[in-house]
Amino acid sequence: LSLPLQAKMSRPVQARRLEGIDKNIWVEFVKLAATYSKVNLGQGFPDFPPPDFLKEALERALSREKYMLHQYTRVFGHPPLVKILAQLFGKLLGRDLDPLTNVMVTVGAYQALFCCFQAFIDEGDEVIIIEPFFDCYQPMVKMAGGTPVFVPLRPKPSKDRKLMSSADWQLDPAELASKFSKRTKAIVLNSPNNPLGKVFSRGELELIAELCVKHDVLCISDEVYEWLVYDGKEHVRIASLQGMWDRTVIIGSAGKTFSATGWKVGWTVGPDQLLQHVRTVHQNSVYHCATIAQEAVGQGFQRELELYGKPESYFVQLPKELQQKRDWLVQSLDAVGMKPIIPEGTYFLVADISEFKSDVPDVPNSEEPYDYRFAKWMVKNKGIAAIPLSAFYCEAHKNNYNHFVRFCFAKEEATLKAANDILQKWKQEKTSP
Amino acid sequence: MFFPSRIFCCLGIRTYQLRADVLSRSIRLSASATMAFRHKNTRRIEGLDSNVWVEFTKVAADPSIVNLGQGLPDISPPTYVKEELAKAAAVDRLNQYTRGFGHPSLVKALAQVYERVCGRKIDPLTDILVTVGAYGSLFSTIQALIEEGDEVIIIEPFYDCYEPMVRMAGAKPVFIPLRCKNDGNSASSADWVLDPAELANKFNSKTKAIILNTPHNPIGKVFTREELQIIADLCIKHDTLCISDEVYEWLVYKGNKHIKIATLPGMWERTITIGSAGKTYSVTGWKLGWSIGPQNLIKHLQVVHQNTLYTCPTPLQEALAQALWIDYRRMDDPGCYFHSLSQELESKRDRMARLLQEAGLKPVVPDGGYFMIVDVSTLNVDLSDVDEKQPYDYKFVKWMITSKKLSAIPLSAFFGPETKKKFEKYIRFCFIKKDSTLDAAEVILKNWNKQTA
Repeated sequence: LSLPLQAKMSRPVQARRLEGIDKNIWVEFVKLAATYSKVNLGQGFPDFPPPDFLKEALERALSREKYMLHQYTRVFGHPPLVKILAQLFGKLLGRDLDPLTNVMVTVGAYQALFCCFQAFIDEGDEVIIIEPFFDCYQPMVKMAGGTPVFVPLRPKPSKDRKLMSSADWQLDPAELASKFSKRTKAIVLNSPNNPLGKVFSRGELELIAELCVKHDVLCISDEVYEWLVYDGKEHVRIASLQGMWDRTVIIGSAGKTFSATGWKVGWTVGPDQLLQHVRTVHQNSVYHCATIAQEAVGQGFQRELELYGKPESYFVQLPKELQQKRDWLVQSLDAVGMKPIIPEGTYFLVADISEFKSDVPDVPNSEEPYDYRFAKWMVKNKGIAAIPLSAFYCEAHKNNYNHFVRFCFAKEEATLKAANDILQKWKQEKTSP
Repeated sequence: MFFPSRIFCCLGIRTYQLRADVLSRSIRLSASATMAFRHKNTRRIEGLDSNVWVEFTKVAADPSIVNLGQGLPDISPPTYVKEELAKAAAVDRLNQYTRGFGHPSLVKALAQVYERVCGRKIDPLTDILVTVGAYGSLFSTIQALIEEGDEVIIIEPFYDCYEPMVRMAGAKPVFIPLRCKNDGNSASSADWVLDPAELANKFNSKTKAIILNTPHNPIGKVFTREELQIIADLCIKHDTLCISDEVYEWLVYKGNKHIKIATLPGMWERTITIGSAGKTYSVTGWKLGWSIGPQNLIKHLQVVHQNTLYTCPTPLQEALAQALWIDYRRMDDPGCYFHSLSQELESKRDRMARLLQEAGLKPVVPDGGYFMIVDVSTLNVDLSDVDEKQPYDYKFVKWMITSKKLSAIPLSAFFGPETKKKFEKYIRFCFIKKDSTLDAAEVILKNWNKQTA
């Protein structure tokens, strides 16, 4: 070989679609938690196991080998799973759903989001994202060549209560309306909302729905926390509002529904005229999803459909348990001077850490938002992992709400107790010289 | 509605009233509903909606049909593989998210196995990405490294997803066919070769990558060192990438050796090598695959991965890691599944070839993989009365499914638009099937001429 051997490709190798999307908060914060944390309330996953009936469903599937469970199943979703999803969501939406055309299974809700953006967002399209937002929406919109347009939830402090609720964070209707332009292709709705825990009310959803209809805009509705709703609140599905079924893709997650985030089974539900394009992306990117996980999740749903509304239903028990944990953590944080915002849903809560600023002095002209520095300091020095709230804001708005951190409370009692002990000790250190 | 109504406890303060003017609102909504629904597909997926598998797996789903079409085993995966999954799922924390780019124990196991095979150090954290099947690796690689303005060379026949994936990335596929050496009289996959001059002509300054598939689906060709060197020389000369789909790497039959193009001089730095748990362990339904390459390329695949699905399922990755360790420890043993599977398949290959020959056909005996292609012209099945505007082989397979209860895949699905017509008489059979399935196929083939259509 007479040519000089290149050590690397000599020209730029990566595609332009990767520009600006290489950073990811989880890569950094998961590593920090793994290295330093004694109590991990950071990344959103339960430290308790999935329910027994789900584990048993998997064991049964493995031991019986009913079908060829270790081989490919139907591309758009394992038949027993899409059938039960169509049944369940049909009931919830008050509609007849076809399992083959109105449901598609994905590798987690994450992949469902990816398929939606790739299916519907072209270069130049605008996508409205409500802040604070689950961080992947922005890079996914960018990767599809779209332009994210941000509109914040704004806190309205209530004078008659000590602690805020996630319901106190609201969209300004006029501000929201101003974000819709003729280039707006879609709005991403996440209710219950990660990280705040806000459960959008029917009235708030109707406002969004009217704008979608008026401007002929799609709604990508991330409802992964649909069952985690507290204090008797109702999770209203925007697709059930007038004019919305035809323009909404609903996204759900077995990981969140059944406390099994490691199974990575999600789904999209919507009209065939939209799902057909989501299917095209899916068949050209991932193709099949793992069969066994789908089989077990299908059985889990079968059980839940039979027990729907009954006290033994996991959809009743899980929110009940998590509400207690929420209240526990709220109390814990409040007692030490962190100001939690009581979430109406999800297993996250956000707390104002302004009282603890003296521990982590502000650095003028710092590149990093204050809460990033605080969260890093806290995990290294106190062993509690949490996520800075500004991670859920676009670059331009990162400093607007930079004195909050997000805690995950889907944790065993022992974990929450350990967190409480650390927090109490921290408070004592602050008050005594 | 299904559930009883509830009394809602609103914690927040409403900042606006529901509009009382319901009538005018409903008029506005119905006017909007008559607006033309403008939400069509994005440009990137234009024309990519049809898919041969979606069409043919539907048709062959009937259990009375002997299914030699889609490439999935009906043999059982090894017991220890299934056992490892049961063990993994029983561990609580293995039911939650793991490391995004690949479960730690899995990337470590992969690094060990491939260090052994490649003879070079592989960093499990920077040189490997675990994906949802090899399919996911192909997608991540193409999305990471290919874009509008690029050309990508695809060798025909090709695993059908390469073309739509390249198009979805906005790039132009440039096809080059494997040509049969002996004027169409082929007994072996080794007869199908690239013309070096023709190949060299396909490379230009826009060429970003070439996709290589060895062992090859559908022909079963195992590229020789000399053939790979020709490709490597061109990649280096034109500074292009090589995307090497090696999912059938362990399925290589006597007299043949699987060579990794990434091990040729100058190639590690520009090659992404793709592997598959589904094909390695006969567990296509696990959908785990991997990309291995230099950090400066893999890091871009990792960026795609973190923006598409983030993590792969944990218990499946853990089980795969344990299975790999078991086989890594006995890699020099014939009992190692990497070797024993190809032995098992070789006899099935020989049997399949015999059955087709006895039916008067001339199968192309593959040197690797678990597919076999055959020219069905000698069967003289007249389908001119079938109205559908599809290639002959599509019509033939559909006819064979309904009238003979035997399924295969039409080969023209694996060709680009210009070459499709030349291979209309070929179909592909999959032989990773249990004995009873091959017995049933034998009966059908033996009785082929006895029945009239």
